[in-house]
Amino acid sequence: MSEIERREDRTPGRRGPWAYSSAPEGREIVRLQDRYDLFVGGRFIEPKSGRYFETINPATEETLAQVAEAGEEDVDLAVRAAREAWEERWRDLPGKERAKYLYRIARALQERSREFAVLETMNNGKPIKESRDVDVPLAAAHFFYYAGWADKIEYAFPGRTPRPLGVAAQITPWNFPLLMCAWKLAPALATGNTAVLKPASTTPLTAFLLAEVIEQAELPPGVVNVIPGPGGRTGEWLARHPDVAKIAFTGSTEIGKILRRSVAGTGKRLTLELGGKAANIVFEDAPLDQAIEGIVNGIFFNQGEVCCAGSRLFVQESVFEVVLDKLKARLDTLRVGDPLDKNTDVGAINSRDQLEKITELVQSGIEEGAEIYQPDCPLPERGFWFRPTLFTNVSQSHRIAREEIFGPVLSILTFRTPEEAVEKANNTPYGLSAGIWTEKGSRILWMAERMKAGVVWANTFNRFDPSSPFGGYKESGFGREGGRHGLEPYLDLDGSGR
Amino acid sequence: MSQTAEIQPGGVGTQAFGPRDAARLVARTTAVDAVGLEERAASLGKRSIKRESKLWALDLAIRCTDLTTLEGADTAGKVVAMCAKAVRPNPIDPSIPSVAAVCLYPELVPVALGQLKGTGVRVASVAGGFPSGLGPLDARLREVREVVEMGAHEVDIVLNRSLFLAGRYAQAFEELRAAREAAEGVHLKVILEVGELGSYDRVRQASVLAMAAGADFIKTSTGKLSTGATLPSALCMMEAARDFSRETGRPVGIKVAGGIRRSKQAVQYLVLLYETLGPEWMTPERFRIGASSLLNDVLMQIDKERTGRYQGPDYFTID
Repeated sequence: MSEIERREDRTPGRRGPWAYSSAPEGREIVRLQDRYDLFVGGRFIEPKSGRYFETINPATEETLAQVAEAGEEDVDLAVRAAREAWEERWRDLPGKERAKYLYRIARALQERSREFAVLETMNNGKPIKESRDVDVPLAAAHFFYYAGWADKIEYAFPGRTPRPLGVAAQITPWNFPLLMCAWKLAPALATGNTAVLKPASTTPLTAFLLAEVIEQAELPPGVVNVIPGPGGRTGEWLARHPDVAKIAFTGSTEIGKILRRSVAGTGKRLTLELGGKAANIVFEDAPLDQAIEGIVNGIFFNQGEVCCAGSRLFVQESVFEVVLDKLKARLDTLRVGDPLDKNTDVGAINSRDQLEKITELVQSGIEEGAEIYQPDCPLPERGFWFRPTLFTNVSQSHRIAREEIFGPVLSILTFRTPEEAVEKANNTPYGLSAGIWTEKGSRILWMAERMKAGVVWANTFNRFDPSSPFGGYKESGFGREGGRHGLEPYLDLDGSGR
Repeated sequence: MSQTAEIQPGGVGTQAFGPRDAARLVARTTAVDAVGLEERAASLGKRSIKRESKLWALDLAIRCTDLTTLEGADTAGKVVAMCAKAVRPNPIDPSIPSVAAVCLYPELVPVALGQLKGTGVRVASVAGGFPSGLGPLDARLREVREVVEMGAHEVDIVLNRSLFLAGRYAQAFEELRAAREAAEGVHLKVILEVGELGSYDRVRQASVLAMAAGADFIKTSTGKLSTGATLPSALCMMEAARDFSRETGRPVGIKVAGGIRRSKQAVQYLVLLYETLGPEWMTPERFRIGASSLLNDVLMQIDKERTGRYQGPDYFTID
């Protein structure tokens, strides 16, 4: 960490005399263990696989801990523990009792919010201001929200007889490690299911802290189990396990397709929240300065490692130049560096693999003839970093306009009429989110009706709330998380057992 | 409709805009989204300014202060004491700089001029029917001319909100232009009184109108309303000034005033300034804070940063 600080202090900045002194959030609040064991049946146990893998801080490349890897036998143990807990301790528990546990978890998340935020930032690379102000508060909010539903499930679906499904296999991504655990666990537990959670291999630490909270909340043993491991092995064993009734996956479209194939014909329920290539559409009458903030938030929030990131910017041609000018000036003010510094806007890329993928796609953009703009901000020497990047002269056929980059890279395109904006925005295999910037209310409604996207934001972007359903169209997946809609994938509504 | 620029390019200097342009300028002003603006202001307000950067900011805050007294009960004695404080904010610490200016009513300008002669601290006077901006136009303009003749270095006038809110932009513009001419050669600040404008769209429009009429500074508030400067309204004005500067080449300064009593607030405004208008605006030539009680809080914070301890309020002089 000291290396990052020194580098920052050495650089008074091309922005003049006022280099902000470093303002690091203290990491003392986090007590890292050398080793993290599997959380199965309410206890932390060594893996039968005997294997441990390293987890690092992507901003410094320092090793944070050794983490147990769940082998096939471990997966089986975890699923059986969850099954037993479901049948004997959870399925028939009254909703209001389940709610008590969820409220306890939510409150513990709030009480230990700083610890969660710092650990999340250390393991993921995201800026502390985001983990502190977005990830952790939203995770607590999800538990509070679904705690409220736990004793009202039958009223959510009038005339139906909702029943829990059984063991839910929950596979979460590395971009919002804790928040995605909350998105998955809260509705599953509220509806009376038990869970086996497989956190992403590069970011398992906050899932263990959550397991600690769950243990403290005295949740019956086996209701939640945490078993990290590589997606290709642990994830696949988990998804194929015969006692799993439901799979909830957030991650890449590629893995989503594999999962869908593997559950075909098994009767297992499946929801997929996959990739995206969202259009952020700016009309000439938009509140331009706020649109600039929305564009920046849309693509540089969490280093662009967001499935719903606004990675394709469509600007009406009449304001293209002024938007581009403002955007470049704004990019120059982004503070890239030590994620634990409270003033950092853009943190570290989560892994070397991801950095290589971003680099490769950006290279393809240059080779295909797009024009690149990057601020010349200083980057730390160690760790995985990528400068905020803009591409102009992009056409629909370029790879950077079609493929999900999952990094701080924005492709800018133009349009002339609303019809053209709709046509171009929908011209993608994905359909997760979209943004519309205009002062004209009627145009917002007209556009929202036509966008093939699960979420459409108007004059804002990347705004989340537990009461609002989230999910995609087309290759962005299916099923909804959040809101009343988010209960349904965890329920058998008509006693069919499915 | 094209909205690429609020101001036609090429219109460098104040002569380029006539009253006929005023209504068009206002109509073409970029819309402001309140939710987004407030979010951005709040996020900048959360910047963590520590150690050297904080000391630097506190020092700048003093250098940018317009030490102000605008009470009906102001007397020569009160102004004499305030002038001493303006020159030497902390008499036992020579490293503390003087403030930028004192700001007072026209009657007291001669007193302040006498006290501040040769110190570099400037004298600013409100004029033009402060704080309402109403009253006969010739009387208001005469007031402006008189303070200039008395020798004030800076004049703070008020936008005629009665005309502006009624949509009579050309007339409001003409009044500002007349004041600009009356205050020839001195530093002209135009107070928008954002607390009376009702929306950020209006704040932005008023900013554009005042800048086009030739204001050297646009200023948030008179300090006479319960709502003074706020971070979002100041940000809105800074964004307008940034675009005006880019489109016309003429930099316009920002003055925040009204309700700024704590160092923390002053630092927040400096962060807004730094990240919106950039380092060129981090100077008393282009940024001012109008305040009376802020100064002692800044002194207290500087002491705290240097020594690690807070001193009681009685260790700082009340003038």
